[in-house]
Amino acid sequence: MSAGHHHPIYRPADTPVHRLPPQCKLAAVVAFAVFVVATPRERFWAFAVDALLLAAVAAAARVPAGVIARRMVIEVPFVLFALAIPVIGTGERVQVLGLSLSAPGLWAAWNILAKATLGVVASILLAATTEPRMMLLGAERLRLPRLLVQIATFMLRYLDVILDQMRRMRIARESRGFVARDLRQAPVLAKSAGALFIRSYERGERVHLAMLSRGYTGEMPTIRDISATGRDWAMAGMLPCLAAATALLAWSTT
Amino acid sequence: MTSGSPSLTVSRLAYAYPDGTQALYGVDLTIERGERVALLGPNGAGKTTLVMHLNGILTPGHGTVEVAGLPVRADTLREIRRRVGLVFQDPDDQLFMPTVREDVAFGPANLGLRGAALDRRVRDALERVGMLDAIDRPPHHLSFGQRRRVAVATVLAMEPEILVLDEPSSNLDPASRRELAEILKSLDVTVLMVTHDLPYALELCERSLVMSEGVIAADGATNVLLSDERLLTAHRLELPYGFAVPAQPG
Amino acid sequence: MHVPDGFFDVPVSVGAGVFAAAGVAVCLRGAKRELDDRTAPMAGLVAAFVFAAQMLNFPVAAGTSGHLLGGALAAILVGPYTAVLCVAVVLLVQAFFFADGGLTALGVNITLMAIVTAVVGWVVFRLITRGAPRGRATLVAASFVAALVSVPAAALVFTVLFWLGGTAPIELGSVAAAMGGVHLLIGLGEGFITALTVSSVLAVRPDLVYGARGMARALTLRTAEGEVQVGQAAPEAPPAGIGLRPVLVGGALVAVLLAGVFSFYASGDPDGLEKVAADKGLSAQEKPHAVENGPLADYAVKGVEDQRLSGGLAGVAGVALTVAAGGGVFYVIRRRRRLTDGMTPANAQ
Repeated sequence: MSAGHHHPIYRPADTPVHRLPPQCKLAAVVAFAVFVVATPRERFWAFAVDALLLAAVAAAARVPAGVIARRMVIEVPFVLFALAIPVIGTGERVQVLGLSLSAPGLWAAWNILAKATLGVVASILLAATTEPRMMLLGAERLRLPRLLVQIATFMLRYLDVILDQMRRMRIARESRGFVARDLRQAPVLAKSAGALFIRSYERGERVHLAMLSRGYTGEMPTIRDISATGRDWAMAGMLPCLAAATALLAWSTT
Repeated sequence: MTSGSPSLTVSRLAYAYPDGTQALYGVDLTIERGERVALLGPNGAGKTTLVMHLNGILTPGHGTVEVAGLPVRADTLREIRRRVGLVFQDPDDQLFMPTVREDVAFGPANLGLRGAALDRRVRDALERVGMLDAIDRPPHHLSFGQRRRVAVATVLAMEPEILVLDEPSSNLDPASRRELAEILKSLDVTVLMVTHDLPYALELCERSLVMSEGVIAADGATNVLLSDERLLTAHRLELPYGFAVPAQPG
Repeated sequence: MHVPDGFFDVPVSVGAGVFAAAGVAVCLRGAKRELDDRTAPMAGLVAAFVFAAQMLNFPVAAGTSGHLLGGALAAILVGPYTAVLCVAVVLLVQAFFFADGGLTALGVNITLMAIVTAVVGWVVFRLITRGAPRGRATLVAASFVAALVSVPAAALVFTVLFWLGGTAPIELGSVAAAMGGVHLLIGLGEGFITALTVSSVLAVRPDLVYGARGMARALTLRTAEGEVQVGQAAPEAPPAGIGLRPVLVGGALVAVLLAGVFSFYASGDPDGLEKVAADKGLSAQEKPHAVENGPLADYAVKGVEDQRLSGGLAGVAGVALTVAAGGGVFYVIRRRRRLTDGMTPANAQ
């Protein structure tokens, strides 16, 4: 079980953004999301500024736009929902391209799309520049309860086990002529869910026993030092501070 | 540490899994300091269940386990796990850190070692299994035999009282098998080796225990036990084709 | 469904955040009793399993997507407290590592998908398994119903939150209908997956199912003199299984609180729905003060009207009646069971 430390979502590189201690980046991204949500939705320019801020971070971290765009598909279900709001929304109607749309619905859709997109991109940048393991260490530094960090640690480790088992079981199924074409095959897949659970558990249980046998008590020994300096905090703080300034300016001009 | 007591004492150990299946039916055994002992037995004899009791992963339903005089209890678990070094059958279960260095450091770091002392412990353990060159490589880039040696190093780094190996020779090619045997012979610790590989037991261990149906069915010199054909057949043990142990006097 | 940033207004996001944090804090304390050496990785596995299952996101209708919520499954496998932590961890990891679900909406997401599903699922599961004869079939059936009920329950709470502080101007009725309908369907799927998983785990490793913790049987010693029966040594830290009582009491308190608070706001204002809709309209945007937009803020400054107070009291009374009725049924069932149990020969230990 060697995986877990190189996740496809992480893009290894050596940039100032990658080098920042994880706890600084985590705090910065959360603060950024809060300030974006607190920005009034009528100030289009404010969201443009926030987007530019993220673009600057992406450039500094050398994360290509294509990568960000590909990962933004996570947003699709809510984009569809947001697009539906003006159609099914209540309130004053306006005509757009021959469609009767709800004006407050349009505002709501814009609000959700803009804020959600900025939040999603900020998270994508965080994950692309921070190793999952470092992220957990950072979370621990930020005083996230240890039990939660521990569960998350196991979860990431088991995720590899589960995905690996899923792959093996799929190969085993397909080598015996099973193809998942439509819903009729669902029961077979559902039944493999239980088997998947047991297999993954038993594999993960052995890893855990190995850890316990070597004195593991719920805390990963931190061999690498990840303490943050004032400069680190100042650098990470630039993003949320600029977003806060933008939000303030947007409020004051209303 | 009480240096006079045997490395391992197990008495009247019985255990049933939570689903009700009983695996151990009163195991008694003693292993003296410095002994190398093989634990032989067919699949399902309870060998793995017994091993899980040795460092407190399973809690006895009845009976006791003592490691160098220290009983295995909830309040002694930390020290017990330092004293009992368990090497799992699949090295991939044992190696979970990104580099060999971090993996070997995991145990001693859990014991509170840091800095230069930790580094020395790691290098020393890797040196003993001949894997010092691989210190900064990711474990999954090593061969299976090398991974098993690193797995042994991860446990040696804890400076255990007793080394417990589960099927150490399984899946090894002949050269790796021989290399591992040489490493094990060179170590100055008590060894309990769970195995189906009877020639390996004969080569490495003077004494063997045969486990069957949840109890120790036989205990004696390895060459005596392995030349007793009736005993082997009764407990589903078989020597490889063409391999024979001459009958021992007595 | 993972709520993104910007979907709920600030008061509801903050309120849900406080509620979620408090809930997680309670569960952290409670989980210490459920977790031990062996179950800690189980929690991680359940989290990973829920995570993997949630990756299979399929569109249901109107842009909503359905996937396993997993709270009920987790509660049955690792106990309710740990379950909340598991699903909360899944949501945290999804938000931070995979950008799924807004960071500012974490409170809402944890409340809906971790706390509501796990607590509702567990309460339903325990009510059924306590009332019916214990056995694998009962456990599986109870798992199905628990999971089935937990999903629309989360949808219901979502609707309530939406009514309190949703930013989209959609009629509450259509939200409730859409959420309810869609999530009843999702609930069926959830029920099947949960029941199948619990059933197959029960078949192979019943010791892994928290909801099926049984009793230890006597052990046999094979000695030279023959076989001897001995009792199981008591486990050093008895797994103090969380009783149903704290969950029920907690649930009742929350129900009373919700009913009281919500009927307090709702009953006095017959056209509350239209009011929310109008609040969200363009007219309200002329002075957009996010904090003042939510009905929480709006209503809080208004004086207490008798009609409202009475409405709130009525809500509390309604919940109390329901709880009393449910409790009565429950009590009768238990008494009857105890009577029948008493007639069977006493089982060992």
